[in-house]
Amino acid sequence: MNLHEYQAAGLMTEQGIPTNPGIVATTPSQAADAFDELAGPGGLVAVKAQVHTGGRGKAGGIKLARSADEARDAAEAILGMDINGHIVRKVLIAPGVDIQREYYLGAILDRSARGITIMASAEGGVDIEEVAARSPEKIVRVTADRQLGLLDYQIREVAFGLGIEPQLMSGFNSVLRSLYDTYVHNGATLAEINPLVLTSDDHWLALDSKMTIDDNILPYRPDLEELRDIEAEDATELKARANGISFVKLDGDIGCVVNGAGLAMATMDAIKLFGGEPANFLDVGGGATADQVALALELVLADEAVKAILFNIFGGITRADLVAEGIVEARKRVDVRVPMVIRLVGTNQEEGRRILAEAGLNTVETMSEAAQAVVAAASGQAG
Amino acid sequence: MSILVNRDTRVLVQGITGREGTFHTGQMVEYGTNVVAGVTPGRGGSAVHGVPVFNTVKEAVGESGANTSIIYVPARFAPDAILEAADAGIELIICITENIPVNEMIKVRDHVVNTGSRLIGPNCPGVITPGEAKVGIMPAYIHERGRVGLVSRSGTLTYEVVWALTEAGLGQTTAVGIGGDPINGTSFIDVLELFEQDDETEGIVLLGEIGGTDEEQAAAYIAEHVTKPVASFIAGQTAPPGKRMGHAGAIISGGAGTAASKIAALEAAGVRVADRPSAVAAIMKELLA
Repeated sequence: MNLHEYQAAGLMTEQGIPTNPGIVATTPSQAADAFDELAGPGGLVAVKAQVHTGGRGKAGGIKLARSADEARDAAEAILGMDINGHIVRKVLIAPGVDIQREYYLGAILDRSARGITIMASAEGGVDIEEVAARSPEKIVRVTADRQLGLLDYQIREVAFGLGIEPQLMSGFNSVLRSLYDTYVHNGATLAEINPLVLTSDDHWLALDSKMTIDDNILPYRPDLEELRDIEAEDATELKARANGISFVKLDGDIGCVVNGAGLAMATMDAIKLFGGEPANFLDVGGGATADQVALALELVLADEAVKAILFNIFGGITRADLVAEGIVEARKRVDVRVPMVIRLVGTNQEEGRRILAEAGLNTVETMSEAAQAVVAAASGQAG
Repeated sequence: MSILVNRDTRVLVQGITGREGTFHTGQMVEYGTNVVAGVTPGRGGSAVHGVPVFNTVKEAVGESGANTSIIYVPARFAPDAILEAADAGIELIICITENIPVNEMIKVRDHVVNTGSRLIGPNCPGVITPGEAKVGIMPAYIHERGRVGLVSRSGTLTYEVVWALTEAGLGQTTAVGIGGDPINGTSFIDVLELFEQDDETEGIVLLGEIGGTDEEQAAAYIAEHVTKPVASFIAGQTAPPGKRMGHAGAIISGGAGTAASKIAALEAAGVRVADRPSAVAAIMKELLA
């Protein structure tokens, strides 16, 4: 689960990181008021889009304002903007800061190191992936001890690696310690400060905060679940998640219902291979009851672009006859307005196919056949 | 020979009295797997499908000689169950449980490495050596004993390919599910090494998906150390970046972990990559002809 900048900054502040507290505004008028509160005449603020994506600056989602009117205008321009498919509904008004230097500092889940890796660079404020590609030697990397956590000597290694001067080191080290604590305390998979600035009067300040929270920690942390931005999420994805179905909306017109994430991805791939475009990823999991199947159909059909649906079920422990019953029952509850192609393989498949045939539903044998048939159905040809 | 599990493996089921534990214990026993004990704290002294239940793994090992554990314990308690098994001297720990918080797994995985045990999973379907031992949730009937070793990050996609192999007359030595989580106990390389050393395995199938760099690392390993023919399928070529596709580990972030990069790396290492799961069987048939 992604957090907005202002939320991540809040969590970092809790752990003692010096941040640049601002005011969240949802209207241009609120932005103007925020300017007055934070800056006043002659002052400077940044008006920053709050969205779950990078590239805000490039998209014009970060503007400076030197008056309440400018803040209002900036907010007017930014609110409602579409940045990489994300609509801006909130802006953060933050005081201007006199920047001496910018660093990148992040704690990330590092799969290949099998641990939490601290990445740091003296090139802050820019895309760290660009730096990593262009000049990897400019990035200092340390993986925290997997049992004992980030050790003090590891923090010093980062500081010396960045060339931080002795008199600034204790401030920097404290920020890094607190960043690691922020990551661990909140079950994150990413906690990033970019840029971490050294101000003109030699103070450390986190000027931008970014965090991603491990979805698996959320059942144990209702306080973090509360930070979910429901408005920023697709309604169907929300409903699916609430019911234990894994669903991702895509741009095509062929809906999919599959059991198993790997098989669901392979099904999407197969549709594409035969010239179609998947409308969604959907893993219905092991639950093949009428309720789950009906819900899956509802979720898929909520997308008006869907012109045909492919069921690809490989039943292992899941019995094909129960899935078939589920599909038949579901069709009584949900108005399935488009052609359905059903591929049902596995335990009790003969019985399952018989149940479907009796309900007037045909099945196909292989995944390739199924993909071809549904692509044809979606383009309006007889399957 | 097969790898990891066989008819002599002595299997312990952690979480045996739970719904999943009980159901799958029945399935494993029916298959002929040598299930010697179960553990559910507080239910010691009872039995499930004829298997004696103990309160602790230590006690179960002492009484039954169990050397392999399969864990059906819910996510909240699974990390502790893995640690208990490792500390009790269990050599092979297979954790089926999904949704374990990833940062927990960093510590747990490290601890298991230090105790010298092998962890497979979490969030995996388990391991099966057809005809000898089913230590997992996979449907038994699709498997047949043969000469192809299979290693996969998926569940039902694995079954799809196993079924295609069996239909093509290509049975399996052992099928290993390493699971879909970003931090897990056993990598592709770990299993490839075992298959390369196994006399019975003549060809290897590797099933991957988007997210992480396990396939790329496997490709580099294959180029240097694997002499047996390898066929592969990588799921998620059409998955958009930034969106997690079901598995916690299946996400393309910052350009890394794309299906394209995995396919390129594998092909460069001499692996034949299929464009669909069923084609893996046809490719393997060619490679073993």
